[in-house]
Amino acid sequence: MLDTLRSDFRSLAPAVDFCALRFVEESSEYLAVRQDVPEPPQLSTSRGAMVTVIDGGGLGYAATSDLSKAGLARAIDRARDYARLTAGKSVVDYGTMRMPRPAGAYRSPVARDPASLSRADKYELLAAEAKQCRIDDRIVDWEANLWTTASRQAYFTADGGDVRQEFHFVVPNLSATAYAKGESQTRSHAGRYNGFCRQGGLEILDAFGLEGAGREVAQAALELLAAPNCPSGTMDVLLMPDQMMLQIHESIGHPLELDRILGDERNFAGTSFVTLDMFGTYRYGSELLDVTHDPTRAGQYASYGWDDDGLAAEKVHVIRDGILQRPLGGAISQKRAGIDGVANTRACSWNRAPIDRMANLNVEPGTSTLDELVAAIGHGVMMRTNVSWSIDDSRNKFQFGCEWGRMIRDGKLAEVVKNPNYRGISATFWRSLCGVGDASTFEVMGTPYCGKGEPSQVIRVGHASPACRFSNVDVFGGAA
Amino acid sequence: MSDMRGYFEDVASHLQSLARAGEVLISRLCAEESDFIRFNRSRVRQATAVRQAAWTVSLIRGAKRLDARVSVAGSLAADKPALAALVAELRDSLDGVPDDPFLLYETAPATSTAKPREARLPRPAQVIDEVLAAGRGLDLVGFHAAGPIWKGFASSLGVRHWHAVESFDLGWCLYHDRDKAVKTSYAGSTWDSAAFQSKMGFAREQLARLAGSPRTLEPGEYRAYLAPAAMTELLGMMSWAGFGLKSLNTKQSALIRMADRGARLSPLVTIAENTAEGIACGFQAEGFARPDRVPLVEAGELASPLVSPRSAREYGVATNGANAGETPESLDLAPGTLAESEALAALDTGIYVGNLWYLNFSDRSACRLTGMTRFASFWVEGGKIRAPVNVMRFDDTAYRLLGASLEGLTRERDLVPDTNTYGERSTESVRTPGGLLSAFALTL
Repeated sequence: MLDTLRSDFRSLAPAVDFCALRFVEESSEYLAVRQDVPEPPQLSTSRGAMVTVIDGGGLGYAATSDLSKAGLARAIDRARDYARLTAGKSVVDYGTMRMPRPAGAYRSPVARDPASLSRADKYELLAAEAKQCRIDDRIVDWEANLWTTASRQAYFTADGGDVRQEFHFVVPNLSATAYAKGESQTRSHAGRYNGFCRQGGLEILDAFGLEGAGREVAQAALELLAAPNCPSGTMDVLLMPDQMMLQIHESIGHPLELDRILGDERNFAGTSFVTLDMFGTYRYGSELLDVTHDPTRAGQYASYGWDDDGLAAEKVHVIRDGILQRPLGGAISQKRAGIDGVANTRACSWNRAPIDRMANLNVEPGTSTLDELVAAIGHGVMMRTNVSWSIDDSRNKFQFGCEWGRMIRDGKLAEVVKNPNYRGISATFWRSLCGVGDASTFEVMGTPYCGKGEPSQVIRVGHASPACRFSNVDVFGGAA
Repeated sequence: MSDMRGYFEDVASHLQSLARAGEVLISRLCAEESDFIRFNRSRVRQATAVRQAAWTVSLIRGAKRLDARVSVAGSLAADKPALAALVAELRDSLDGVPDDPFLLYETAPATSTAKPREARLPRPAQVIDEVLAAGRGLDLVGFHAAGPIWKGFASSLGVRHWHAVESFDLGWCLYHDRDKAVKTSYAGSTWDSAAFQSKMGFAREQLARLAGSPRTLEPGEYRAYLAPAAMTELLGMMSWAGFGLKSLNTKQSALIRMADRGARLSPLVTIAENTAEGIACGFQAEGFARPDRVPLVEAGELASPLVSPRSAREYGVATNGANAGETPESLDLAPGTLAESEALAALDTGIYVGNLWYLNFSDRSACRLTGMTRFASFWVEGGKIRAPVNVMRFDDTAYRLLGASLEGLTRERDLVPDTNTYGERSTESVRTPGGLLSAFALTL
């Protein structure tokens, strides 16, 4: 089918400066067992293609779910119309772009094919663990679910480029909610809002640790219900990887996106406190901070071989020893800004044009064990599992909350606390990084739900991180 | 996709013919032809045409149900055989699906057709030329989305619903500097260049107000007036699993203290799902028609929850046509008595909040919210705008913001269409007045 599509496209491609076709076929299955009741499976297949045309300095895109030759011809005409319409009226002369002509293939590493387990067996697996959540009448809701997706993508340029990529995603989830006296507490296993998400096969369920997790989350929810609120004050925080992922995402990833810095997103997602003159010199964080953009990491959620403009993926430091190195911007943004970036022009699907998106954005491991990080804290709180996130449109003033907290006093872990929150300012927060965990504390997380762009796009991103310690943070708890 | 109604009826009949004895086939069509044009710095950034169609087909036999959503070409020749093959695949898999004790779908034959509004959409070339001309010499960034949207529901039991709209939505900001901007929108079904120019002229006047030195506020409590766009954000948070029966019964609703502990909002607050006056379609995914109005909060007290068919079966109550997530699609906050023209005078000294941004819960059970001010927000003294304010974080409970602190709501209301285009263009909206608050707690 892809060869036919390529052949049809190339036979139709007009005489323009640049023309490409991006095909996406994504099939997913979502299975859930809630309160011991299996919910009907939700299956979906989204299939279509987007044409890109650059001509006369203008740029046009057209997407269609009609993949017949006539459908492709219509899309090519629409994209060419838009290129003509925007020539001389665009933010840049797109005719000056030298778009890549990539060739090659990428495939997610899959050890155990999700299809090797029947749907009934998957339900049984989820039901068995969900049942373990029922340990107390105060557990008022519980759910286990499994979301598997296979995505086949192709990128053809009229001048011979040909890339095939095949992605396999597995996203398990398990949570329980406890309730008493007007207050509920939810504890989820290995990341809320599908924070545990990876490329691969059913081996990901082993990494997730599904077995035994049901009773564990239910007990933790009850523990939170009985716990005191996190105290308020200035103290150290020890952020575990399932909170670090959000901290990285919001206050490093988004502010470094080059299209935000160039102003494209100011009508919706916002701008950035980062400016072009900062790259190469600006102290973003303490010298312990090393951040890489790495779409090549095997099995991480947003790995790929090429971005959606055909730029080859590579691992790149965006922050080294705390100094800002380069932005997260793909070929077009790099040209507009006159600065090196990364291969991260991505679209959420065939029906949206690609824009600058972080892929796998990771904090590199340091040298401290978890015990050493805890021992270094006189008064502070360990936080796990993001539950709340809010940040200004320049990605500077933030406030984040977690599911679970645990006080640290005199270098020792103490009582569990509920509703731990903290707030700060990106431009200074990372400079308070005073401890970075070693590889034993490192976990690979991500999110399926990064929203941005006009028209709106939700895309997959990956974030891996060790546990990290920050000093003098404004911490507070819940309640009115 | 010129005759989508005809296409829908043809495919729906075809699907109906595929149902075997003992089977029910439910199908839903979502299709659109959209033009998306992005602007930055008064130039075009990206222009995209999208033509898409997808059917969701549910095969039901007894208590078993299997759903699949598939993209289709939008042509009878291609889609009839493709959907027939899909039904065959679902049939082959249905035996392996567990029984669903909460299965509920419309079984009574019914038909509805939303009255189409006359539309005159602008051509993309016209939008580009008018926007670029209006933005000349200014830093304009914006987004235009336009085109027809079609939604249809059909079942083999004789239910047919059809909804078609043609609309445009142009939202743009005029930037003064950094994060200081005036946000404006122009939406509708018939483009009027004079109306666009008028909105642009008002935005230019507002932009001049941003030229003054910005004021940085200290954390603390301030009087505040929240413009309708800011109120929309507050209401959006309450809607996020706040009004649904499932979230209330599983104690995860942000309004759980209203349901279980007697908490209440101001008597000034009456909120409804107002399908009759919204722009969303009047039916939901299982074919149930939505009532014109579902009261959600009456004079500050929690009223009816939104009930999806699934929750209806699970909890033994009647559905009121809610979607699966039990979130409002046509939210309506009743007006108050404060004239909008008197709002600044009534505020006297405090903050005019044009927009709020990126709200989330600090403590969901307490409906405690946090978020940022955004765009054109001003310091007001003696009822006069004195200076733009730098962005500030608020952190407060809905019970205070829309409870004890709420002094009044404006007589005038804005219909704020949902501009989200995740996957497809939204037809949701919020209709809300502005709100005058005696206290608005800023924290950072």
